[in-house]
Parts: sequence; structure tokens; C-alpha cells
Amino acid sequence: MIAIIDYDVGNLHNLKNALDFQGIPNRIVREPQELEEAERIMLPGVGAFRPAIERLQRAGMEPVIRRKIDQGVPFLGICIGLQLLFEMSEEGGPNRGLGLIAGRVVRFRTALKVPQIGWNQVALQRPDPLLEGIPDGSYFYFVHSYHAALADPADALGLTDYGVMFPAIVRHGNVWGVQFHPEKSQHAGLRLLRNFATMNAA
Amino acid sequence: MLAKRIIPCLDIKEGRVVKGVSFLGLRDAGDPLELAQRYNEDSADELVFLDITASHEHRGLTFDLAARLARVLFIPFTIGGGIASIEEIHRIVTAGADKVSLNTAALADPDLIGEGAERFGSQCIVIAIDVKRRGDRWEVFSHGGRRPTGRDAVAWALEAERRGAGEILLTSMDQDGRQEGFDLEITSRISTRVNIPVIASGGGGTTDHFYDALTRGHADAVLAASVFHYGQTTVSGLKRALHARGVPVRLPREEA
Repeated sequence: MIAIIDYDVGNLHNLKNALDFQGIPNRIVREPQELEEAERIMLPGVGAFRPAIERLQRAGMEPVIRRKIDQGVPFLGICIGLQLLFEMSEEGGPNRGLGLIAGRVVRFRTALKVPQIGWNQVALQRPDPLLEGIPDGSYFYFVHSYHAALADPADALGLTDYGVMFPAIVRHGNVWGVQFHPEKSQHAGLRLLRNFATMNAA
Repeated sequence: MLAKRIIPCLDIKEGRVVKGVSFLGLRDAGDPLELAQRYNEDSADELVFLDITASHEHRGLTFDLAARLARVLFIPFTIGGGIASIEEIHRIVTAGADKVSLNTAALADPDLIGEGAERFGSQCIVIAIDVKRRGDRWEVFSHGGRRPTGRDAVAWALEAERRGAGEILLTSMDQDGRQEGFDLEITSRISTRVNIPVIASGGGGTTDHFYDALTRGHADAVLAASVFHYGQTTVSGLKRALHARGVPVRLPREEA
């Protein structure tokens, strides 16, 4: 069973819809103890960094998230969920994140319009079970003003160009993150979610 | 590179698509779900549903529609038309819509923009602006284009952005429905002044029209209804033509 963590940061039902549509068992969980049963975990969310990390902590999710990740449970952060994986964000801060991946979250420094809204391409950096069947250069739907800056470039699975190159897909061990919204990225996004649900985690 | 978006728009009344739609082989041209999936498969980047239901007792059907769409449509979609309160925005977003478009209500109560952005995020709040040319200026109209407001379109777009709007949906009433091309001048004026995406609407007929709006008009996206509904062109056909002329678009997956 996939657990979708609900910590009052945006509408999770579209992510649930995208899993239900593909017949993938899932459950929205609000209590830390419900996470204990999870075989895979998704951390979605939209909005600002600081309320997101505060609500996650207030919900008491952080210790159990760390324990599940230590146990090797596959973990996927989506949008603000990706940003929470990092050590800190400069949004409204600096504010500390979960520190599961080395690096920071920074505001777009580009002459282009911010936030980035729309479909952009992802240049895949290496094969990964999460990316099975997804062509290099596929478009995904983005909405964000901040992006990750990795301490170790090897953690990037996919890079996107929006005036600056930034990591749109990251992986460190059994922790994955995507900056775009797979649940709004049509075929490519549905495939990525299905891969996460079915891939051999080892 | 960020793709330019192609957005079909559907008019909805009491939960059904109105205006003639002539997709070949469609069993029921009035079913928004069937049409939406059709456009989805044809590589539409987003969909906009404009609710023209007059009476409030039938608005429930629109909320139901948003929920039904969200279960089968995995691209962003916007619902607009008559939305007047935070409560209504909340119901539509909870039902599964990604964005709402506000028009008359935002003009009457501009605080609604900021309150909506605060609660649901700027990305959720699209401000629809209907304009008519008045010499060297463009005037904003409310109430579905029936009422002049005396407001200047550029000033209103800038105010909407400052108050937290995530996108501007700009419709030229002079050009709307004529398929003679978008109003490039006001599109460009607003798009080069605001730092949020501008969706050009009203007048799209030929590939040239869409190309001009996305290049000379500096629009980030283009919205059209009749040109797609009546099958003059398909979304994927338009995208291929724009791609051939160097416009970055998301092509159907087998051609990506």
C-alpha cells in the first residue's frame, strides 16, 4: 500500500485520483501511526516552504518518515514535497528542511517570468526504475518559484532548463523527488507514478 | 525550454457543453467528460471550462462536473464563470479543479484575489479580463462583456498581479468569435508589463494567428473554442504547425 501524507498543504485528491485511475492501492494518511503500515510513501504539497515544514512537524510525521526511510521504504516527494527533502530553503527564511538530500532550495534567478508555470522538458541523466518507459526530453507540468540546488550533482536524475538548469527529478538512496506535478503531466506523469508504485525498490 | 500552451475552452451550462461541437464520431457532443478526454488525447495542455449557468440552484452541477473531470483528466483544468466567493473557490478546488478564473467578482471586490491567493496559492487564481479597444486604450468589461467598467486593461492587469493573481486570461471582445486573429497590441502590452503568464484569447482562426499571438504578442499560452470545436484544426495539428515554425510546444507523445 502507498501512503499519501496529508498535512493540510493543498489538495491531495488529484494525486489519489491518478493512482486510483491506474488501479494502484493507496491511502491518504493523517496520523503518524498510519504510516507504519506503508510500503511506499508519497509526500505531496503546494504552497510555501515554511508552513509546509511546520505542518509536517506539527503532524508528528518527521520521526516516522525518518524511520521508514532508514528501513528502506521508497519515498517520493512531489513539488513542495521535493523541496522539503533538502537541508534548507531560502524561501521566507532561511528555513530548515528534512535534510534527507544534501543541498538547498533557492529562488529562480532568471530573467524569465517567475513562477514557472507550464510544461517543460526533463533531460534524463541516467536510467532509473522511476523513469522506466519515459522518453528523454518528456514534458511535465511545473508550477514553482523555487528550485533545488544539489550539493552532489550525482543526485540529479533529470534536469530542466528555465533560464537556469535545475534538478527536476532527484534521487538519493531510496528517497526520490520530483519538482513537477506527475498527477497533472498526462501520460508521462501517470507512468512515473506507476513506476514508483511497482518498481523493484532494491 | 518551457512550452507555449494550447488551451481549448468549453462553455458549460447546467453541467453540459453548449455551443455546437462537431467532433467526428462523438456519441454525445454535450458531454463535457467525453470532450475533455478527446482534447486530452489530442495533446491539449490544459482545459478551461466556462460555466454560463445563469441560476445559482444549478451551480451544484458544476461542482459535480469538476469532481468527475478530476477523476479522468490528468492535465490542469480551470473552472470559471460566476465564481464570487472564497467558499465557491474552495468547493471547486476541493472538487479537483486546479485553478479558478475570476472576472466580475474580482472587479467588484479586488480583495478576493488576495484572499484566494493566500488560501489556495497564486497558481490557483486566474484573472480573466475582457477588453474592448477605445482608441489607444483598452477598457475592461464585466458581466460577461455586457458592462463597461471604465477601467484601463493594463492598469487592471498590473493590479491583479500585485494582489496575487497567478495568471491573466486576456480576451479581446473585438476579436472574439471572428477568427480574424488575436489583438496582438493589447496582448503584447500586458504580457511585457506583468511578470505572470498571459493567456491570449479571442480571434484565433489560422496557424498564423496563434503563431503571431505567441511571438509578436508575447503570450505564454493561447486559448480558443470554436476553431477546435468545429474541427477546423485539431490541437495536435496546430501544435505540429507551430513546432515546424520554431515555437516550443509539447507534441503528442509518439512524436516527442
